[in-house]
Amino acid sequence: MTEPVLATRDLTKSFGALKASDGISIDLRPGEIHAIIGPNGAGKSTLIHQICGGLRPDSGTVHLLGRDVTAEGIAARARLGLGRTFQISALAMEDSVLQNAMLGALGHSGRPWRFWRPALRDPDLRARAEDSLHRVGLADHMHKRTANLSHGQRRQLEVAVALTLDPKAFIMDEPMAGLGAEGSALLTRFLDELRAQAPILLVEHDMDAVFALADRISVLVYGRVIATGTVDEIRASAEVREAYLGEEA
Amino acid sequence: MIRERYLNLAVLAGLLALALWALAGDQPFTITLLTKVVILGLAAAGLNIALGIGGLVSLGHAVFFGLGGYAMGILAFHAQNFAPLELGPLSIAGTKSMPVIWLAAIAVSAAVAVVIGLLSLRTSGVYFIMITLAFGQMFYYFAISWSVYGGEDGLSIYVRNGFPGLNTLDPIQFFGICLAILCLVLLLSDRLARSPFGLALNAARQVPVRVETVGLSPTRLKLLAFVISGAITGLAGALYADLNRFVSPTMFSWQLSGELMVLVILGGVGRLIGPVVGAAIFVALEHLLGGLTEFWHIWLGVILLLIVLFARGGVVGLISPRRVGHD
Repeated sequence: MTEPVLATRDLTKSFGALKASDGISIDLRPGEIHAIIGPNGAGKSTLIHQICGGLRPDSGTVHLLGRDVTAEGIAARARLGLGRTFQISALAMEDSVLQNAMLGALGHSGRPWRFWRPALRDPDLRARAEDSLHRVGLADHMHKRTANLSHGQRRQLEVAVALTLDPKAFIMDEPMAGLGAEGSALLTRFLDELRAQAPILLVEHDMDAVFALADRISVLVYGRVIATGTVDEIRASAEVREAYLGEEA
Repeated sequence: MIRERYLNLAVLAGLLALALWALAGDQPFTITLLTKVVILGLAAAGLNIALGIGGLVSLGHAVFFGLGGYAMGILAFHAQNFAPLELGPLSIAGTKSMPVIWLAAIAVSAAVAVVIGLLSLRTSGVYFIMITLAFGQMFYYFAISWSVYGGEDGLSIYVRNGFPGLNTLDPIQFFGICLAILCLVLLLSDRLARSPFGLALNAARQVPVRVETVGLSPTRLKLLAFVISGAITGLAGALYADLNRFVSPTMFSWQLSGELMVLVILGGVGRLIGPVVGAAIFVALEHLLGGLTEFWHIWLGVILLLIVLFARGGVVGLISPRRVGHD
């Protein structure tokens, strides 16, 4: 089997008596979309935080491209190739759409210590930012103030900023949240193609999108991965039906 | 509505025109008042980089203003006494040269800003305000007890320091020096705000987690902003001491830190010319109302209240609303 791009090994994290992560081992292989599903409170956000570096696990490790990054912070992991989108948009609302994308391009360049030439006149930064905005369909809105974007457009911008980083792996925390049917369908098609560029770890509540996109699904319940498998395997699993899908099936 | 660029130029040109008008009318005191506006504007322009772009609510910027003041006071004191400054094995001759004093003020302020920044940037919000305030008080009480340099009484310098080729005792020439420095610093601030560094710092104020997620360190960005900010306010302190030919612990006082913040808020937080407009209003009120009543600060308070309640962009925001995303 090919080396996973991203892997967690026995991640454990407790908050008091609550085990939010209980020995989680998952991996993300090249070219795949690996979806994490689970009921509210299953520990999906805690897992994402530990993968991205915002939260240190009590025990266990996170490996990115074969390298142990458990001790690294958010910024270091981003530089190594993690591209993350947030469940609740984390964008500079006072700035323009283009400026938000340029921030990503600036992070990718790794050269923020420049003080004289206006950022917007830097052709390399600008090209990278505009290219990403084109790809998500925001090119016509790039000079708008981000606060004036619709909810769906902010979700698109989240993805665009991650694209500017040219990451080795995408971590997407509910990218479909709050999108209408049409928006979800558009984004689903986009992510479908994006996996060829870099694999995607996708936390998502929208089951239509998950079943349409995922190569593999891991089901998280009470901090434990109770099953990992293909869409058909997960659909067929009695344990998963009982623990999670059962409510809806 | 006036485009910000034109407003900026109009304010600076207005200051120069007023000074020339005062020169023609032989009113040196007016020129001195205008010089005070320029210097306080410069000090607040320094704070504006930390506060306006970086979102760092520093209630300790008087530290840098005072350090600049004492850099001037101490160097000039040793020069006028013909006694070198003995620092352990080091023996530094005093100087009456403004450019040398400015460099010293900038260097000392920047060095202290690194230390204060490293310690205080570990916190945020109210704690950041309190730590910066605490540093301010430390320097204030240190200056009071530092009897070699006058302690509580402060330190007088007999003759204003010199600048090659100019007569700094002539009010209009000293005003010219200060205005030139202000213009230079505003030009640098303007470039900085729009530079890649400014873009990242601006985002670090709004969403630090986003800045981290693209692989940059918000803390380092803010630290550098704090150091640049402190250095500028330090330079203003040296000029202010030269204006008065006097340095005292008051320059370190927390009231002064508060006043600098008032200037920025009055003019418009994060607006290039905001601090200068704030300083102009402040000095004008002090001069016009201060003659009528000791309690002129009440009126300053009312204006500040109105600005905070109804015009968050300050006076500059009223005249020239901010546009988004232009270069």
